[in-house]
Amino acid sequence: MTTPTSTGELSFAAALNAALGDAMERDPEVLVFGEDVGALGGVFRVTDGLAARFGSDRCFDTPLAEAGIVGFAVGLAMQGFRPVVELQFDAFGYPAFEQVVSHVAKMRNRTRGRLPMPIVLRVPYAGGIGGVEHHSDSSEGYYAHTPGLHVFTPGTVADAYSLLTSAIESEDPCVFMEPKALYWGRGRVDREREVSAAPGTARVARAGRDVTVVTYGSQVPTALQAAQVAAAEEDWDLEVLDLRTIVPLDDDAIMRSVTKTGRCVVLSEAQSFAGVGAELAARIGERCFHSLAAPVLRAGGLDVPYPPPKLERFYLPGVDRVLDAVARLQWDDEPDPRWLDPGPTDSRPRPASRTALR
Amino acid sequence: MSAAIDHLLPCAAPVRLVDQAGRAVEVPQDGEVAGRGYGMPAAATLKRLWQAMVLARRLDTQATALTKQGRLAVYPSALGQDACQVAPVLALHEQDWLFPTYRDSMALFTRGIDPVEALTLLRGDWHCGYDPHAHRTAPACTPLATQAVHAAGAAHGMARRAGSAPPRAAALCFVGDGATSEGDFHEALNFAAVFHAPVVFFVQNNTYAISVPLERQTKAPALAYKGVGYGIRSEQVDGNDAAAVFSVTRAALEHARAGKGPVLVEGHTYRVQAHTNADDASRYRQDSEVAQWRERDPVERLQAYLQTRHGLTAGDIDEQVDLAESRATELRQRMQDEPVVDPDELFRHVYAQPTPHLRDQADLVSSESASAP
Repeated sequence: MTTPTSTGELSFAAALNAALGDAMERDPEVLVFGEDVGALGGVFRVTDGLAARFGSDRCFDTPLAEAGIVGFAVGLAMQGFRPVVELQFDAFGYPAFEQVVSHVAKMRNRTRGRLPMPIVLRVPYAGGIGGVEHHSDSSEGYYAHTPGLHVFTPGTVADAYSLLTSAIESEDPCVFMEPKALYWGRGRVDREREVSAAPGTARVARAGRDVTVVTYGSQVPTALQAAQVAAAEEDWDLEVLDLRTIVPLDDDAIMRSVTKTGRCVVLSEAQSFAGVGAELAARIGERCFHSLAAPVLRAGGLDVPYPPPKLERFYLPGVDRVLDAVARLQWDDEPDPRWLDPGPTDSRPRPASRTALR
Repeated sequence: MSAAIDHLLPCAAPVRLVDQAGRAVEVPQDGEVAGRGYGMPAAATLKRLWQAMVLARRLDTQATALTKQGRLAVYPSALGQDACQVAPVLALHEQDWLFPTYRDSMALFTRGIDPVEALTLLRGDWHCGYDPHAHRTAPACTPLATQAVHAAGAAHGMARRAGSAPPRAAALCFVGDGATSEGDFHEALNFAAVFHAPVVFFVQNNTYAISVPLERQTKAPALAYKGVGYGIRSEQVDGNDAAAVFSVTRAALEHARAGKGPVLVEGHTYRVQAHTNADDASRYRQDSEVAQWRERDPVERLQAYLQTRHGLTAGDIDEQVDLAESRATELRQRMQDEPVVDPDELFRHVYAQPTPHLRDQADLVSSESASAP
């Protein structure tokens, strides 16, 4: 059996499809299943053609029951298979939460390593595609909070291929978060993966001197756009660090960047409260305190339920929200005026935003 | 009833081969019990069943005693459910897989798992104490019915390994009556049916889910009927009649191994002890009810049958009781030692390779242990 060596430009969805096909070609134990992944090829066409190519016993539709799908994967993993499961939409993964948290994540630990769970749970996640309710959640925080799971968050086409391949080869269960808004973007794929692209290795997506923007998944393009605008309009040189995987987390790369720039904004699409961004901000504070010229700020989604399509532009972090955060990084060595007054939150002064200034 | 579902329906009454007094039940040759291939197991099989039940019950009683000495954190007794735990496990082949719950210690003992390893979960020095592959037994499962979906998936995996041949191996999954209200139970039945998986779901209907009685769980005429809607062959059996439980479960496993699909079996039984040693059953049931069920004791019933029909002697009984006593003594002695735990093990099995973050926390715990007085 040969490993395809072709490289070329693919869509994010096609890169995932190529990773699945190549993995199924290499390893007969890899099984792909879920809702609508067979004849339809998945609602986002990520499994397109796999049933025809590998047979409907290796890529198959299941009954519409997410706990059943994930529990079925646990049983198959016990028998030595490597299930790759599609959970169709972020919020549709919630019925499977008990199976994920109590079994997928814990089985290796419960059995002292005797029953590893090499399962991949593919989760199309996040918004920006005009989806109606329950179709746009950023649910990575639930999984990242759960010991025993790896959480991969590709934000580029190259990583779609490289990280999904790594996830399928891993002996540990992996929740693989696929940003829906990026499915149709195109980029180059290297099917001969570089060692530097291993999970747990962050990537400097853009080198810069002044501020580190730490991000992942759906917000990688936003961070890069913000860096372009900042360079053109504000003379700020932003470094963009794409984490690629939340678990394992590349603390070293974050420290290298933030100790260099001395300022940091953490950008994620998820609601900010008690989320991955909060963990990142805390870790950076712990590790880089003496290098920081300003507190680490978070830019992200709002702490409201994900809004209906006509309102999602107000929810999603964009270039302006990122640059507003950058602007508050105490460039004049002045504290943020909002936090000086110990009075009630409602009476604090509001900062002007770039949007408001236009 | 429509003829199209007759093959799925359970017998009208629970299958019974030995009555409460230990007498053989007349099984008409043209009746539904004989028609489904159920019949009295051979004398040697019955004796093995009885021996295993005497042993399992003594270890179960010992485990309850160990909670009083603080040697087990908690113990959910299986007393009264002996036939439902021992007979199905003796009907298993070595290559079959067992999916037990936290109440199935008697099943684990009967599967040949070292009692100390079987009780690790309840002793509290780890979660699963035995090697699942060595015994083809999944970890005893606490979240109700979640293991039923694993059993369906594992059974599908076994069938896949067999290719176009019959699967030859099957999965046996225990659940309780309360668990039949959980969504995972229904998803498991549905997946098993759709994938034609070689799995037998055995419901130990012990009448109570902690304190909540069966009539608050279901309005079904019997839990066995829950299989019919999924297109699953279903059966109900007197769960205190070890001979009948063995016969029905063996037939169900043969059905599954022959590639004919999954089976749901309901065993009607009773949890004689409280939910665990920490529970107070007097708050939700009458002593008179418990006394009635003690009259239906599964071990005494089979013993009486063997005495009258197969010449089981007082000497045979003494011999088995002595053997059980010596195993209980051995268990008690082995449990007296405080288990040695290793804090480093907290980090060893979370991932195949610990993440840098976990290595940091392992160092923290290690330094805390080193500086502890």
